Amino acid sequence: MASVAEDHGHGDMVVHVHHQFENIDQQNESYIVGMWCFLVTEIMFFGALFIMYILYRWNYQQDFYGAHLELSQPFHMFGLQEFPIWGSINTTALLISSFTMVMAVRAAQLRQKMVVLKNLGVTCVLATLFLVIKFTFEWPPKFQHHLVPGPNFHPHAEVLHGAAPRASEIFFSLYFAMTGLHAIHIIAGIGVIGALMFLWNKGATSVTEDYVPTEMIGLYWHFVDLVWIFLFPLFYLIPA
Amino acid sequence: MSAPAIEASELTAPHEEQKNYLNADHTVASWLLTGDHKRIAIMYLISVSFFFMIGGIFAGLIRLELISPTGVLLESETYNKIFSAHGIVMIFLFLVPSIPAVFGNFLLPIMIGARDLAFPRMNLASLYVYWLGGGLITLGLLTGGVDSGWTFYTPYSSLYSNSQVSLVIIGIFFAGFSSIMTGLNFIVTVHKMRAPGMTWFRLPLFVWSMYATSVVMLLGTPVIAITLLLVFAERTLHLGVFSPELGGDPVLFQHLFWFYSHPAVYIMILPSFGVISELMANFSRKRVFGYHFVAFSSLAIAGLGFLVWGHHMFVSSQSMYQGVVFSLVSFLVAVPSAVKVFNWTATMYKGHIRLQTPMIYAIGFIGLFTVGGLTGLFLACMGTDVHLTNTYFIVAHFHYVMVGGAMMGFLGALHFWWPKMTGHMYNDTWGKFNALLVFIGFNLTFFPQFIVGFLGMPRRYHYYYIAPEFTPYHIMSSAGASALAVGLIVPAFYLVSSLRGKRKASANPWGAHGLEWQTASPPITLNFVETPIVTDEVYDFSHMDEYEQRRGTAEMTHPGEGLQQDKNLDIVGTKEDK
Repeated sequence: MASVAEDHGHGDMVVHVHHQFENIDQQNESYIVGMWCFLVTEIMFFGALFIMYILYRWNYQQDFYGAHLELSQPFHMFGLQEFPIWGSINTTALLISSFTMVMAVRAAQLRQKMVVLKNLGVTCVLATLFLVIKFTFEWPPKFQHHLVPGPNFHPHAEVLHGAAPRASEIFFSLYFAMTGLHAIHIIAGIGVIGALMFLWNKGATSVTEDYVPTEMIGLYWHFVDLVWIFLFPLFYLIPA
Repeated sequence: MSAPAIEASELTAPHEEQKNYLNADHTVASWLLTGDHKRIAIMYLISVSFFFMIGGIFAGLIRLELISPTGVLLESETYNKIFSAHGIVMIFLFLVPSIPAVFGNFLLPIMIGARDLAFPRMNLASLYVYWLGGGLITLGLLTGGVDSGWTFYTPYSSLYSNSQVSLVIIGIFFAGFSSIMTGLNFIVTVHKMRAPGMTWFRLPLFVWSMYATSVVMLLGTPVIAITLLLVFAERTLHLGVFSPELGGDPVLFQHLFWFYSHPAVYIMILPSFGVISELMANFSRKRVFGYHFVAFSSLAIAGLGFLVWGHHMFVSSQSMYQGVVFSLVSFLVAVPSAVKVFNWTATMYKGHIRLQTPMIYAIGFIGLFTVGGLTGLFLACMGTDVHLTNTYFIVAHFHYVMVGGAMMGFLGALHFWWPKMTGHMYNDTWGKFNALLVFIGFNLTFFPQFIVGFLGMPRRYHYYYIAPEFTPYHIMSSAGASALAVGLIVPAFYLVSSLRGKRKASANPWGAHGLEWQTASPPITLNFVETPIVTDEVYDFSHMDEYEQRRGTAEMTHPGEGLQQDKNLDIVGTKEDK
């Protein structure tokens, strides 16, 4: 691989340009276009699941309302009976993590290494918090109440809140498929952000002298957040 | 165009063997860990040819079984597994990756004047993911096979199949990711890596069709990935979104499946369109008639292709009103396809046509694709579709498009760019004879199937003893399949033996126009010594001197056979010709 030392307009900055590219601008533009193309495939990937959701929500409107109540917890403040407390905390966590990611990208543009590391660190912590809540407070009660689709799906009537068992099974199939797929994306996100932090910490010029890798991971992270912004109302906030 | 890309040393020592991408390094690791798009393309060529052979063996077994009204060899269950295996291997492991992953990979960067694709490592990853998918599918077929057909309709595939559906589905899932990676690479490369002067409307039409194909790959493949993943989840975790017993909707599966699998037809045929445009221009020695129309018709086909999936479901509980819309859009997609066919024909009109091997495939393609396309209109029409659906008419129709279209394009491309890829010229007489054999064998195989299908022979049946009058059609079809099989085996011999032959190909053995013909045959690892600068229009044969014009005609096809001039000058390229 022929590497070309490229002046980045800052005198002492040296960025590695891969052999197939003419210059750093072409490389960076290619990375960004590639990332957006990848996000388009992700949209189609989740899109099929959203289409399924729309169809079944349309077919089983009352049942989806009943089944979704099980995602909420008893809540005796502000005159509410039930409130999706864990889902709301998770939504907040992800929204804040998107903000810290933006700050990390900005710091990467300004080449402030410590600010980048702090912001990426907070993003990682919030993402982990999201997973901890999901896997300790959200999913286990569904297992205890036999709400997991399959041969063991035989919940008590009270956890169905009046929904038909078969339609609830569809609801929980979609719930586990969509939030599960989203959780896999969160785990992958923690992985790539962790790798990015490692590179920043090491002072690798591929990230410290060029903000585009950080921006690409930022784009991915915003996409993952955005999916949750749709999942949250669709599963937790179904009106009667 | 720009200065030819030749290493300076070659100018001084033309007869010394030059370094190219094939002999740059000889270790196994240099192949398996390469980032070179040309080496990856060669590995893809070997892989897809292998799976094409496997799929062909399954096809042979099907045709053998149908010779007799009571079957010859296979049990009912085995027959189900054989035709499923034929479909799965041919579609997911041959047709979808065939032209994009082999010729797209090899030619797209060279045609636009780039050193490589934008993401070489992702390109290599796509090959490994393809091998993983192909391996899993092969494993599934070896350990019991699949009896659901390549369409995996639920609940056949989910609740009632005891075969290796899960394994094969995961294999297809991986094969799909391989094609997403290829498509993504192509889109970024075409957008960002064109050489100076290579404007969008100077792109060869092959690049346009690759671009359109990549768009379909990017938008369609994720949908089949998630759909098949859910079938997998239904089989393993009982996540019943498609199962009526569990409250799911099996027709939803068909919608999602065809949302990919109809556009997938265009993944298979659009690259062929691009190949045929190249062949028509070169072997008619003319600019493609209506270049802009041909370019945009590729995009139109890619776009409209996403709106017609419902025509696979006219008889599966889809509402009639939906059917009317899908029928109408299906008729519309015939318009850009016809634009291409008319423009190719108009390109040949008053051209200096050279009937060499690739051109014979190209002309064959036009005839077969026209038949395949027009019979598609019978099926897009809701009334006739009720009569013809699930009969051999359908089988014949899509084989005319897939085999008569995509495979003819693949063979045409193989014969056109073989000298560029390997640096060796094959025997043109064998090639011509073989192209004719493929054309005749193909028609003998599939034309009787139109008739027998119209008369009522259902697809996927292996007994037809209640209608023994169908026997002659099936025998004709099986005889044709044998001829076709010979026509597909023979190229393996004369092409491979050409590698040992003495007939080295010059940089531009056809006298063709385009950046890929300005670099050496085979090209050097980085394609060009310096980035070319494009100054002339695409398919512009007018500025070629007499020598260039005559190159590729009968007496000058093979350097060394023809004029002495060729022998001395070809290796150093076009600059010295003038």
